[in-house]
Amino acid sequence: MAVPEPFTGVTSSSPVRHHILSVLVENKAGVLARIAGLFARRGFNIYSLAVAPADDSQRFSRITIVVDAESAPLDQIRGQLNKLINVVEINDLAPREALERELLLATVEVDDETRQAVLDAVAQANAAIVDVNDTSVTLMLAGTPAACDALERQLEAFAQIELHRTGRVALPRLSSEPTRN
Amino acid sequence: MQLTGAQALIKSLEQMGVDTIFGLPGGAILPVYDPLIDSSIRHILVRHEQGAGHMAEGYAMATGRPGVAMVTSGPGATNIVTPIANAHMDSTPLVVITGQVPTANIGTDAFQECDITGITMGITKHNFLVTTAHEIPRAVAAAFYIATTGRPGPVLIDVPKDVTQGMMEWWWPETIEDLDLPGYHPESEVDAALIEAAAALIAAAERPLLYVGGGVLKSRASAELLAFAERTNIPVVTTLMARGAFPDSHRLHLGMPGMHGMYAAVTAMQQSDLLITLGARFDDRVTGRLDGFAPHAKIIHADIDAAEFNKIRQADVAIRGQIKDTLSALDAATKHVGDIAPWWKTIDAWREEFPLAYDPQDPAAQLRPQAIIEAIAARSKPGTIVTSGVGQHQMWAAQHWQYETPGTWINSGGAGTMGFGVPAAIGAKAGHPDRTVWCIDGDGCFQMTAQELVTARAEGIPIKVAILNNAYLGMVRQWQEMFYEERYSEVYLSPDLPDYVKWAESMGCVGLRARTMEEAIAAIELANTINDVPVVIDFRTDASEKVFPMVPSGATNDEILVHPSQRGA
Repeated sequence: MAVPEPFTGVTSSSPVRHHILSVLVENKAGVLARIAGLFARRGFNIYSLAVAPADDSQRFSRITIVVDAESAPLDQIRGQLNKLINVVEINDLAPREALERELLLATVEVDDETRQAVLDAVAQANAAIVDVNDTSVTLMLAGTPAACDALERQLEAFAQIELHRTGRVALPRLSSEPTRN
Repeated sequence: MQLTGAQALIKSLEQMGVDTIFGLPGGAILPVYDPLIDSSIRHILVRHEQGAGHMAEGYAMATGRPGVAMVTSGPGATNIVTPIANAHMDSTPLVVITGQVPTANIGTDAFQECDITGITMGITKHNFLVTTAHEIPRAVAAAFYIATTGRPGPVLIDVPKDVTQGMMEWWWPETIEDLDLPGYHPESEVDAALIEAAAALIAAAERPLLYVGGGVLKSRASAELLAFAERTNIPVVTTLMARGAFPDSHRLHLGMPGMHGMYAAVTAMQQSDLLITLGARFDDRVTGRLDGFAPHAKIIHADIDAAEFNKIRQADVAIRGQIKDTLSALDAATKHVGDIAPWWKTIDAWREEFPLAYDPQDPAAQLRPQAIIEAIAARSKPGTIVTSGVGQHQMWAAQHWQYETPGTWINSGGAGTMGFGVPAAIGAKAGHPDRTVWCIDGDGCFQMTAQELVTARAEGIPIKVAILNNAYLGMVRQWQEMFYEERYSEVYLSPDLPDYVKWAESMGCVGLRARTMEEAIAAIELANTINDVPVVIDFRTDASEKVFPMVPSGATNDEILVHPSQRGA
């Protein structure tokens, strides 16, 4: 039975509508606002965005932006981003060439009847239990966006207290063959 | 050497060779105004911060050097937002210094606090909030470097009061590396392979056209353009932002393209099979309806800003680099040009059939604005600088004055900022005290920024202002007449309220009025003899006069309307 694609988020199995921009920026006040503001005023859509200190954590941060490549041509988005003085380097990755990962954290209500089903889902998805108490379980999955999507759909069967996803980070694939995710 | 941040700021501006600052003091910028007293820099005290910004723009566009404005925090800063946006649209190099509340008060809604770096993020090339006195020299040097290199633009430096009051050990960034701009690489070598590809397109073209934009002026490439055009015999159009980049009197020049462009220029773009686009950006006022624009043309697009490529129109060859370098390389690489004699024959027929036209001036009738501009031009020395506001008078000034050299036409193109003309003229004259500066203005525009004539008089900056007073917001009136069934909504201003002569006189200027051509010529000739104070002439013009040619909004450029006298039966 085909599962309808959720409206939010893009799975790596979906057609190539999104692109991943890995943007090295100076770690200065307001840089994120500059990037978000640029996307807003130029009408470029962001699917997700993740920020973290880069190798030299004092000077640079890396922002991984998943953009809707249909909202504007990619070279326009790149060109405009490149004009921001604090943007140091932009690498764009087509989904096919990218190794994408994100983190999902979810707290699910459990009782004696559902506990085993949740644990099974966790095991099947290669997720991990990171916290438990009598009535709930917090689990974690670091995986492909598609794997996170699949687990999220599975967890819909249970009473969820909270579910957060980080948005993806990405690196270019080393191998030309698609790797097993 | 220990300096206060304020002293370091002034010293940094001196290091950058600044000779003029346009500004107005207030609480947060107060510390900087103290060492200014001891500086060689001339400060021009404006009456409204918007005036400071437009003056800095006029200065920059006339001289090619960055304009500098300095204002206080809060409303001082927000008042200069319009000129910053204007400079951003027209790629004018500006450095704007704003005072800010002390760092400890930022974010507390302190008196005269506003987040000006946030407000101007989208309308500056870059901006800085300086947080230590030590950083001031770097911020100033970086601001000038960013404002003037690559595609020029406005840069804002926001300086909190405690930073200008704090102490620092003086230093100066000696190298580009000292500016700490790891992400800024403004210049680019021209790619030889792309030049070859462009030369091949030029060789194959039957109907080539040089589409010249403001980037040619920014890149100081007029001489290279002239050489290339003369050698290849390719016709030239200059956009509103490029007037003066190529001599209007030159046989190869078809004039301005676009919504109010010359028929031959507009139609040559439409019929061209190769647009050699130089520092232009396919603005909607040039292209008309995009899907009908230059349908047969291949595109060579040369620009310093790669983000302009394929933004509006797909380029066949896109060449990043200074236009000056691109033109030199293109000139060397273009060995031959196709036979464009038939193309010229077609163009010359258009030029002959549809020259710029208006109904002749009847001596007894109200003044025709076009005749006034031509009368001023005929009595002006070469090198006279013309500024304008925005509207009908701007289009007539772009059409009916012959611009021969760069920096002689100064207007607000991209943003269309009414009220630009008077302060821009003051800035231009401050930069070129030896040149005559005429502001061709409309009555609507004049009322927006005329108070800066007080500045002009007080500072001894004798500009000349020609108000084409038709008592209307004329361009809006024209659209209401043509496209809204003559339903005139909120466009009437009155010719007598205010009394422009009395107003001029009250600001220490000479005020004159002309209702007939005879009076007009007498007033212009009198104005030309006055070189110590500003002159304002209130020309009473015919409100029914419209700007032609015109491409109606939403139409393709093929649907250009010429002057009624040129339309067939």
